[in-house]
Amino acid sequence: MEVPILKQGPYLIATVQAALTDADLLGLRDALVDRIGQARSRGVIVDVTALDVLDSFATRTLRDLAHMIRLRGAETVIVGIQPEVAFAMAQFGLTLEGITTTLDLEEGLAYLDESLKAKRIG
Amino acid sequence: MPDDRTVLRTEADIVVARQIGRAMAVQLGFSPGDATLIATAISELARNVVQYARQGEVLFTTVSIGGQQGISVTVTDEGPGIDDVAAALQDGFSTSGRLGLGLPGVRRLMDELAIDSKPGHGTTVKVKKWKR
Amino acid sequence: MTTPQNPAVLAPPLESTAALLTELITHLRKSRTQLREEWVQRITEAELLTAMTKDEIFAEATSVYDSYVEALETGTLEALQAYARNLSERIIPRGVETHEVVGIVLLLRDVLARSLFAKYRTDFSVLDRVLDAYEPAANRIAITVAVGFVQERERVIREQQEAIRELSTPVLQVRERLLILPIIGLIDPQRARQLTEQLLRGIRTNRAKVVVIDITGVAAMDATVANHLVLTVESARLLGATVIVTGLSPEIAQTLVNIGVDLGKMNTVGDLQGGIEEAERLLGYKVYPTRETPAA
Repeated sequence: MEVPILKQGPYLIATVQAALTDADLLGLRDALVDRIGQARSRGVIVDVTALDVLDSFATRTLRDLAHMIRLRGAETVIVGIQPEVAFAMAQFGLTLEGITTTLDLEEGLAYLDESLKAKRIG
Repeated sequence: MPDDRTVLRTEADIVVARQIGRAMAVQLGFSPGDATLIATAISELARNVVQYARQGEVLFTTVSIGGQQGISVTVTDEGPGIDDVAAALQDGFSTSGRLGLGLPGVRRLMDELAIDSKPGHGTTVKVKKWKR
Repeated sequence: MTTPQNPAVLAPPLESTAALLTELITHLRKSRTQLREEWVQRITEAELLTAMTKDEIFAEATSVYDSYVEALETGTLEALQAYARNLSERIIPRGVETHEVVGIVLLLRDVLARSLFAKYRTDFSVLDRVLDAYEPAANRIAITVAVGFVQERERVIREQQEAIRELSTPVLQVRERLLILPIIGLIDPQRARQLTEQLLRGIRTNRAKVVVIDITGVAAMDATVANHLVLTVESARLLGATVIVTGLSPEIAQTLVNIGVDLGKMNTVGDLQGGIEEAERLLGYKVYPTRETPAA
């Protein structure tokens, strides 16, 4: 199942569904990289609120995604990691180091706004 | 509670396996946090099978010793087997970069991990978690 | 006489025993009023269930008696187990203790047994077979009720302990987006887990961006708990919150270093006050001391 990607101003927002397969996640990664270029978006939000497990594959793919997006000059924020999932990741040893994570979509958008502002001034 | 088993062939089976594990954990009375730890561990082990062994099976059982209850998950496959089990259990590959088989991580998520594997003879990984 | 596979079922009796059991159950039903009276009297004489009124004892006695006979009749213990749990839920808050519950069930068993002696006293061989049918089932029932009570009691105690633990460590919202978690005393792995759960929940509920964990009141931590602290910090980060640890004693700092933590990467401040100020700085608040004001 394809993950829906919405354009909101300068950002792309992808909201992941619960029954996400490996193929879906890889497809999302590629779709976002494509659309970032087309839409000239400055930021990407991946909303993982619906995911009840984030294992090593998902973590690796999200890291790759953020890396590829950065190569295109945009920033990625992962939002909505559930508390139990966050703890499982920490316990397992999976870090999203170097990638911004926020509580939810609202925080993610606020972060991107701040970040864009800072880039303009600086 | 009856045992349950499921086959591991495609990546979709990984999701099925961890959902069965989570459901059983919840039914046994594990906390949501622990149920997530169990589901994550199963996801890793199942993924190893699908990735390296092409086909395998997961067996879910409940265990009880003394007054304590727990869940036991056994993941078996007829794949290539692990060359160096000791190395696979060491934390050398964790965090960024290659994650290897993620076995040290799985052991941290669960209470017990036992592994039986020989090159050419497949792999069996058995993990247990006790209800707190 | 219970089947080894399913302890919730009494083993089916033999043909002749089955007929006897039916006769026995009819007798117990017919003599219900009288036997129940006798039982309540023995309970009072034994000074059991003193926490309950006579009416309450009578009401419960009626239910127990009926459940008991039903268990003998159906050969299954499920209804009795459910009743035992329900009864326990009601009487535990009243202060009824385990020995009282075991006591009253044994008294009932005795009262019923005596009435069987009286009824079949003229024919020992029949009495013998009646007791063969009755005794194992009656004993199994006694155990079921007692175990049900004990399990319920243990559950209540666990819940109370949980509640006490939760109360003793509040997560405080001090300013918008800022949470403080002061920890005092000894932390065992279970308490550590609970603290983490509360904290992560608190971050989500309060939408906190900064958390100050103050461990001034914690003398020492073992490696497991120290590791748990590190996991908590990492989990909070994944939820978008920065954690500042304050009040780190030299001993605990050493423990952290021993388990491989890079203290340079952990956000630590000497004391709680300093930690709050740092948090406010991170959140973009400017706090001026009362006498000073910023230059116009």
